[in-house]
Amino acid sequence: MHNEHNEHLKNRNVSELDVNYYMVDIKDYPTDSWGKFKRVVQRSFRGELFVGLWVVLREMIRFDIHTVKYPEEKMPIGPRYRAVHEMKRLWESDTERCIGCGLCEKICISNCIRIDTKIDENSRKEVSEYSINLGRCIFCGYCAEVCPELAITHGGEYENASDQREHFIMYQDMLTPLDTMKAGAQREFEGFGAITPHEDERVKKTPLAY
Amino acid sequence: METAYLIETVIKIVVILLIFSALAGIGTYFERKILAFMQRRLGPMNVGPFGLLQVAADGIKLFTKEDIIPTNVVANVFKIAPVITAATAFMAAAAIPFLPSFTLFGYEVHPIVADINIGILYILGIMGVGLYGPLLGGMASANKFSLLSAARGAAVFISYEVVTGLSILAPIMMVGSLSLIDFNNYQSGGITSWLVWSQPVAFVLFWIAAFAETGRTPFHLIANDHEIIDGFGTEYSGMRWGLFFIGEYANMFFISFVIPLLFLGGYGDGSFLGAIGLLAKVAFFFFFFLWTRAAWPDIRPDQLMWLCWKVLMPIAVLNILITAIVMM
Repeated sequence: MHNEHNEHLKNRNVSELDVNYYMVDIKDYPTDSWGKFKRVVQRSFRGELFVGLWVVLREMIRFDIHTVKYPEEKMPIGPRYRAVHEMKRLWESDTERCIGCGLCEKICISNCIRIDTKIDENSRKEVSEYSINLGRCIFCGYCAEVCPELAITHGGEYENASDQREHFIMYQDMLTPLDTMKAGAQREFEGFGAITPHEDERVKKTPLAY
Repeated sequence: METAYLIETVIKIVVILLIFSALAGIGTYFERKILAFMQRRLGPMNVGPFGLLQVAADGIKLFTKEDIIPTNVVANVFKIAPVITAATAFMAAAAIPFLPSFTLFGYEVHPIVADINIGILYILGIMGVGLYGPLLGGMASANKFSLLSAARGAAVFISYEVVTGLSILAPIMMVGSLSLIDFNNYQSGGITSWLVWSQPVAFVLFWIAAFAETGRTPFHLIANDHEIIDGFGTEYSGMRWGLFFIGEYANMFFISFVIPLLFLGGYGDGSFLGAIGLLAKVAFFFFFFLWTRAAWPDIRPDQLMWLCWKVLMPIAVLNILITAIVMM
C-alpha cells in the first residue's frame, strides 16, 4: 500500500494521471477588424459576466465562511513552527535541562542570546544568567538546532507583542513552569522532521513534467 | 406661497436629508457585509451585534479626524469640492417620488420635494453638475493621481451623460412627459405595462450608464485603488472625504430609485403593495451595485470610452430611431 502511494507520487507526468489538470485553450488574437468585431460580439453575448455574477452569488448562498475569528479562534500550528522559545526541564529531576554549553549563544546570528555560567558549590557548571532578547531574535531556529540537550526549543506561542522591551527577555516565561512539570504536562519537541497533523491529506503533486 | 406648503417642503427636505445620510452610512455596512459574504468572509463583526454599529464607529472616526488641508492645494476649491458632490447628490433627490402619496394625520403627503414637470431633465442635469466634485477636488489637490482621476472623471461623466440622455429619450418619447410621476402613472397598469418590455435596450443602456455615473465597479476607474490610490479623494481626510463618500452612496440610492421609476413601474398604482414593490426594486438595484463589485473586474479607461462611443451610443441612437419609426 505504502509503495503504491510512492509510485503515484514519483510519476510526475501529471497530464496522464490526473484529470484535474488541463491545458487552457487560448486562441490567437484576431488581427483583422472583422475578426475583432466577431470577438467583441462573442464576448458580449457569451454571458461570461453572468457566470461571474452566479459564482459570487452561489458563494453567498452557500455561506461557507472561511474566516477565522482570530482572537477567539486560532489556527492549529505545526510542531515545526518557530515561535517564542521554550526552555525545557528534565523529566527526572525537574531541573533545567540547559547545561550551559553556550552553543546557542555562539551560533545565534542576531546576537540575542546571552549566557553567564559559574561553578556552583558542588563544582558543577551552573547557568547563572540566560536571556534571549526576543525583540532582536529573528527566529531562525539555529539555537534549537544546535542544542545538544533539546533544552531550548521553539514553541507555538506567537502572541508576544508588548509595549515594553523588558517583556521580550523574560526567561521565566520561556521556562516550563514547575507545576506543569509536576503534572507531567511538558510538551516535548517532536523533532525537526515533524509534520503538521493531517499533512498527508493536504499534500498535492507538483506539476514538474509536461 | 402658502405657509403650510413651505413647512411641508422643509420637513420633507430634512427627512430626505436625514434618511439618505443615514442610508449612505448603512449602505457602507451592507456593501462590506455582502462583499464579505461573496468572498467567504464575515465582514465587520466586532462593533455591536453582527457589526451593525460599525457605521457609528466609522462616523465618529470621520468626524473626529483632523481636517488636513495640504500645503500646495488650492484651499478654497479643495474645501468646496466634497460639498459639491454631496450637495448635488441630494439636490437630485428633489424630483424623485420616493413613495406614492399617503395620508398622515388626515393630511395628504406627497413624498416628493418638488413635482416639477421636467423632473428627469433636472435629475440628469444635477447629476451632471456632480461631476464638479471629483473634477475640482482632483485638480485642486496638487497630486498627480488626483489629477489623473479628475481627468478620467470628466471623460467618463461627460461620455456617459450622452448615453444616459440618449437612452432615456426613447421612453420619454413614448410617455410624452419628463416628470417621474407621469412615468410612474404611465406604467401603473401592472407588470405588463412596464416600460422595460417596450424599451429593453434603453433599460440596459441606462443601467450600464448608471454604473458610470455613480462610478461603481466595472467603471470604477475614477478612484481605482490599485492604479491611482483613491483618485480625487487621495488628499482628503476626515469628514471632507466622508462627504465624497456620502455623495457616492446617496447617488447609488437615488439612481436605484430612478431606474425602477423609469422602467420598472415605480410604485405602480400607489397602493401599499406598490410602495413595498418600489422599495424592493430599489433594494435589488442597490444590491446589484454591490454584486457586480464582487464579481466583475474593472475595465481600462480606453475600454470604457470605446464602450461608450463605439457601442452604447450607436445602439442608443438606433433605439431612438426605431422607437420613432414604430411610433409614427
